[in-house]
Amino acid sequence: MKTSIPLFMRRPGKLFPLAWAIVGGLLLSGFAQPTVRVEADAVGPRSLEDQTRTAVVRDYLQSWKSMSAALQDNRADLLDAFYLGLAKEKLAEAVREQQELGIRTNYRDLSHHLKIVFYSPEGLSVQLLDTVEYNMQIVDHDQVLAPQHVRARYVAVLTPTEVRWKVRVFQAQPD
Amino acid sequence: MKRRITFARVMLPVVIMASGMQLAAADGEGLQVPKVVEAGSALSIPTHAAAKGVLYIVSPAQVLRRNVEPGESVAIEPGDLHNAGHYLALLVSQGTTDKAEFDVVAARQPASVNFLAKPSRLPVSRPDGISGVAYVFDVFRNLVLEPMPVSFQLSDSAGGTQTRSVTTHNGVAWAKMNSAPKAGAAQFQVSVGSVAEKRVVQQVPGDPCNLKMSGQRSGQRMILETAPVRDCSGNAVSDGTIVTFTQSYNGRSEATVDVPLKRDVASTELPARDGSVISVATGVVLGNEIRVGEQR
Repeated sequence: MKTSIPLFMRRPGKLFPLAWAIVGGLLLSGFAQPTVRVEADAVGPRSLEDQTRTAVVRDYLQSWKSMSAALQDNRADLLDAFYLGLAKEKLAEAVREQQELGIRTNYRDLSHHLKIVFYSPEGLSVQLLDTVEYNMQIVDHDQVLAPQHVRARYVAVLTPTEVRWKVRVFQAQPD
Repeated sequence: MKRRITFARVMLPVVIMASGMQLAAADGEGLQVPKVVEAGSALSIPTHAAAKGVLYIVSPAQVLRRNVEPGESVAIEPGDLHNAGHYLALLVSQGTTDKAEFDVVAARQPASVNFLAKPSRLPVSRPDGISGVAYVFDVFRNLVLEPMPVSFQLSDSAGGTQTRSVTTHNGVAWAKMNSAPKAGAAQFQVSVGSVAEKRVVQQVPGDPCNLKMSGQRSGQRMILETAPVRDCSGNAVSDGTIVTFTQSYNGRSEATVDVPLKRDVASTELPARDGSVISVATGVVLGNEIRVGEQR
């Protein structure tokens, strides 16, 4: 894996003030974790235990970080921990397209309003709806475009694996 | 150049995080894209660009980039935009950015169905013992979120059929079925439109319903054999099911033999000690008793 030392660390004299300004802004913004609201009142047909709900929500939120890292670094392998099946294939396809185009994108989720709507009778899939707000920014080669604020509604299907719930379907739908 | 890229790569997430929720909007809002586009369909995006530019169509599902000539529309060919999702279209030209948001939705025609039937093997006569869950996808493997009628059908080996008609909700439909009274393989099929998927569910006999043995003295031995062991629906209980013969004398257990069913019956031999009692059991079912000496 290729790693590089950030420029401001190598040449602190020139970029140190900028770095600190950014870090300051970061701190002012609260280094925000996304705000999360969860509704799981009408789940069925299988009853959803609190422990299961907590695990599903935790792993789904982690999947956003995994996706963000994969699309930012154009590394499909970063999807492995939280995605499988169709969701993984489609996100990996997006990573491949970005690589071919010389593009990287950064997704920063700001808020999630989650509704768990389906827990299958045999306990092998959970479906949730997520009204999510996020910031997205494109970097095309060395050109950084203005960040964009997006609100979208996602449908996700998660299935249990050995250690966690993984996202099997991840698809936006019209709000 | 290399340093600039490295810097952008490292600092990009930091810049985004630092900018918080109040981000600068795009410079213009003039890009005209239909609000909803069906996956795989062609699309023409008029740009009205005064100079050369670049059009980005971006979502986590798919990424497109097109060079734009002044005044020309951008043609998205059939099949180019095939993954359902919420897309951001950004036209960057001469330092200005026009944007539009739109959704690509699954085609209404189902092309495949993911069907999970559980369990693959269960006892007969279990109400709601079999469950089927179906996720419906279009030809581009997008989850079809529009409501679709789905039919679940369970056909058992005796010719009995159960059918449930369900409408998908958020792309998923499910149903529960009873296992049949007769043992054997059942076909569990789900169909939506012209697409069907089939699973086999093995319905096996339930627990033994009752147990009866007979005994015959042969010299110093008692030859014991059960009647064919059946469940409460009359199905022969599976070979290999253990039947336990116990011999006791004066209330004290003296011998125990576990015998697997073979061709529906279990048989064994025990010492023919007069006055002893031989009992038989399998699972939670107790059979009859035989007192040795009464056979003379």
